[in-house]
Amino acid sequence: MNASQDPLKHEQGCYHCGLDIPPGSQYITQIGGVDRQMCCPGCQAVAQVIADGGLENYYKHRTSEATSPEAISADDQLLAELSLYDHDSVQSSFVVQTDKLTRQATLVIEGITCAACVWLLEHHLGALDGVEKVSVNLTNHRARIDWQQSEIKLSEILLAIHSIGYQGHPYHPDKEEQLLERETKLAMRRLGIAGVFSMQIMMLAAALYTGAGASLEAQYETFIRWASLVLATPVVFYASRPFFEAALRDLKTRHLTMDVPVSIAIGGAYTASIWATLTNSGEVYFDSVSMFTFFLLIGRFLEMKARHRTGRAGNALLNLLPASAVRYDDGQETVVAANELQQGDRVLVKPGHTIPADGRIIKGSSSIDESALTGEYLPLTKGIEDSVVGGTINVENPIDIEVTQVGASSQLSSIVRLLERAHEEKPQVARLADKVSGYFVAAVLITAATVGLTWWQINPDHAFWITLSVLVVTCPCALSLATPTALTAATGTLRQNGLLITRGHVLESLAKATHIVFDKTGTLTEGNLSLQQIRTLSEITDIDSLKIAAALESHSEHPIAKAFHKDPRVQNTAAAETLTNHVGQGLEGIVNGQRYFIGKPGFASQHCGADLSFDDAPDRSGQWLLLASEDQPLAWFGLNDPPRKQAATMITSLQQMGLEVQMLTGDSSAAVEHIAGQLKINRVISGVSPEQKLQHIQKLQDEGAQLIMVGDGINDIPVLAGAQTSIAMGSATDLAKTNADAVLISGELMRLPQALQLARRTRSNIRQNLGWSIFYNLIALPLAATGMIAPWMAAIGMSVSSLVVVGNALRLTKLGKTNPVE
Amino acid sequence: MSIIYLLIPIAIILAGVAMWGFLWSVNSGQLDDLESPAHSILFEDDDHLIPDDAKPRDDNETK
Repeated sequence: MNASQDPLKHEQGCYHCGLDIPPGSQYITQIGGVDRQMCCPGCQAVAQVIADGGLENYYKHRTSEATSPEAISADDQLLAELSLYDHDSVQSSFVVQTDKLTRQATLVIEGITCAACVWLLEHHLGALDGVEKVSVNLTNHRARIDWQQSEIKLSEILLAIHSIGYQGHPYHPDKEEQLLERETKLAMRRLGIAGVFSMQIMMLAAALYTGAGASLEAQYETFIRWASLVLATPVVFYASRPFFEAALRDLKTRHLTMDVPVSIAIGGAYTASIWATLTNSGEVYFDSVSMFTFFLLIGRFLEMKARHRTGRAGNALLNLLPASAVRYDDGQETVVAANELQQGDRVLVKPGHTIPADGRIIKGSSSIDESALTGEYLPLTKGIEDSVVGGTINVENPIDIEVTQVGASSQLSSIVRLLERAHEEKPQVARLADKVSGYFVAAVLITAATVGLTWWQINPDHAFWITLSVLVVTCPCALSLATPTALTAATGTLRQNGLLITRGHVLESLAKATHIVFDKTGTLTEGNLSLQQIRTLSEITDIDSLKIAAALESHSEHPIAKAFHKDPRVQNTAAAETLTNHVGQGLEGIVNGQRYFIGKPGFASQHCGADLSFDDAPDRSGQWLLLASEDQPLAWFGLNDPPRKQAATMITSLQQMGLEVQMLTGDSSAAVEHIAGQLKINRVISGVSPEQKLQHIQKLQDEGAQLIMVGDGINDIPVLAGAQTSIAMGSATDLAKTNADAVLISGELMRLPQALQLARRTRSNIRQNLGWSIFYNLIALPLAATGMIAPWMAAIGMSVSSLVVVGNALRLTKLGKTNPVE
Repeated sequence: MSIIYLLIPIAIILAGVAMWGFLWSVNSGQLDDLESPAHSILFEDDDHLIPDDAKPRDDNETK
């Protein structure tokens, strides 16, 4: 890591959220009798509420840091929005009246990071008067709250959630989510039944095996067989139903999968065992049937869990749109729910607020922060007749807009549609794996049939059990375990180290990757502007010029102004007088009786006779602001979005591993070149829209590139979905995370090269496993086919070969060391 | 040995009861969240129950 980039930043992070504390920051909260430093007023306020409520234990127990709270305190807009939720009409969709006085609501809580959050929420909310019961689910981030309608209002509960740094939204389950929930419960029930009953059957089978022959009298043996039959029946008819259904579906579509031989083995063995029980002849295989089902179900269940882990897309998108809007009704301003807006409505958007729907400006002008959609972190200046997009943020002045698009036709929805399309085009890798296993299955079936027929000719008595042995021995158990065990071990290791993998193909694709494409803002960089350098042009000192600039910027919510607010040298600067905001140009105001201008060089210098432009700025990197008085230009301020600490090291090690690193960004400013230079990225594509991003990676993929996309914003979602492998940053929006194949929870970029190396080790591990199980099958198959292996021997052989595979896979539970940083 | 005529049906019935319990817990949402209950037992505010001299010093309590 390049130590010269941040000489003084090696202090502890913010006590609440763990972000860096700006040097000299003054935000301190007393927690458990000790003064703790916070990074911002937001964290300070939240920590104060937690400490005041006597809930400091939260800090003791948590295992990961809190998310940085967005708003400092509840402003009028928030209160107005929350009070909307008190209306019965709004509540009707997510609140149930449990009895006369109590109501129950299910909320989605944003910002839950670990079990301590659950504890904190339950205790903080539970302590409110009128709240009867709170239970928060850590897995799906939902809270169920019961409260007395007469004692407390829902808006007050939501406010309490807000005050400890979380956000509560009503939970509207969409169809897909309800389906997922049903699927999970069904799978659990199947697993439970298979597990409990197969243990019972094994117990009985032990008696049959040990007593086979002399010591067990025939009538008891018959009885035990009947008992096994009773126990095995629900396992076959309920628990293994998905295998039969899938096999039937596959046969209809003329497409062979593992389900076909699995169903034949289960169905065949079960039927044969019933026959044996009824006629009191031959062998029973109830134990093999149920254990086989149980093991297969475990595998399926784990796979399904991983797939569902982030299936919460529906609610995430709606959160981007504000819940309320200010509408003009016959000249009167009324607060309405945003989803009540109609085309043609006139809406007031105050500075700092999110635009509720697509529309065009009919009064006023302002700058609009479209970073959520385009990734451009500097707001765009917009005036009358310009169109604005719902979900973007109005930064500077109040504007009136006329709504042009709502709901499904809005631009935000179109991004979601783009995403759906990208999803559909994705799974080429999976298809290939299917094809290969299809051939394998066909081979197994043909072999088993041939063996069966041959033995039918030679000795019909042995034909059935030998065929069964062949099916069990070749049951692609070791073969089918080979990949999943290695993948599970590696996935677990990565999760412990901060990379959460949500889709099965990721490790395979990581190992094969040839290209890695990064988004810039928020991924390679920290995602917000900060003041990097000051160049004075006259006798004025750095700190004096900075004070004047901070006074001018003190009231603005523009990202540029925020860079000044954050600077610790000018905390609590009094605002300048008679501030005037020239939209898209800069600010003008009076400090200590002197008139100053700050902003674009052309604007700031026009009054002092020195006509300066961006060409006169000290260099071409980043964003330069000019401060000028009425007489002369005073100072240049260089603002920049600094790269993340580990970015440069990470890119070097990725390049050493032989990957081509590219940067793909919606930003078109000079900062792009600068960052690329700093990080030594050769190929940079800048100023592209989400559609173009998608096209770019699709083109790369068509040319045969095995691609990894790393990004974070809403604008990256289509490209994340369209990329063969996608990784979202931990700070990304929920929607982006949902659509990524993996999430880098810790935000530590060095995990990427480590993950890639582990993926490569996993690939060779899988190859070893496959080699072993094929070797085993080659030996076992002829033995089974020639009738030298009984079904129980086949089952043992299968288990041993599986154990070897599992043991080998367990070697992947250690993460290799790559360039240990610090 | 004829006791197994009684014992095995009892075992089957017990397994059935266990199964019923399991199905009930799945359907009533007890298994929806497998993570937080494991932690929540550690969170209770029982500090005042621990004698002062038995309290461990907590230097880096967040880690």
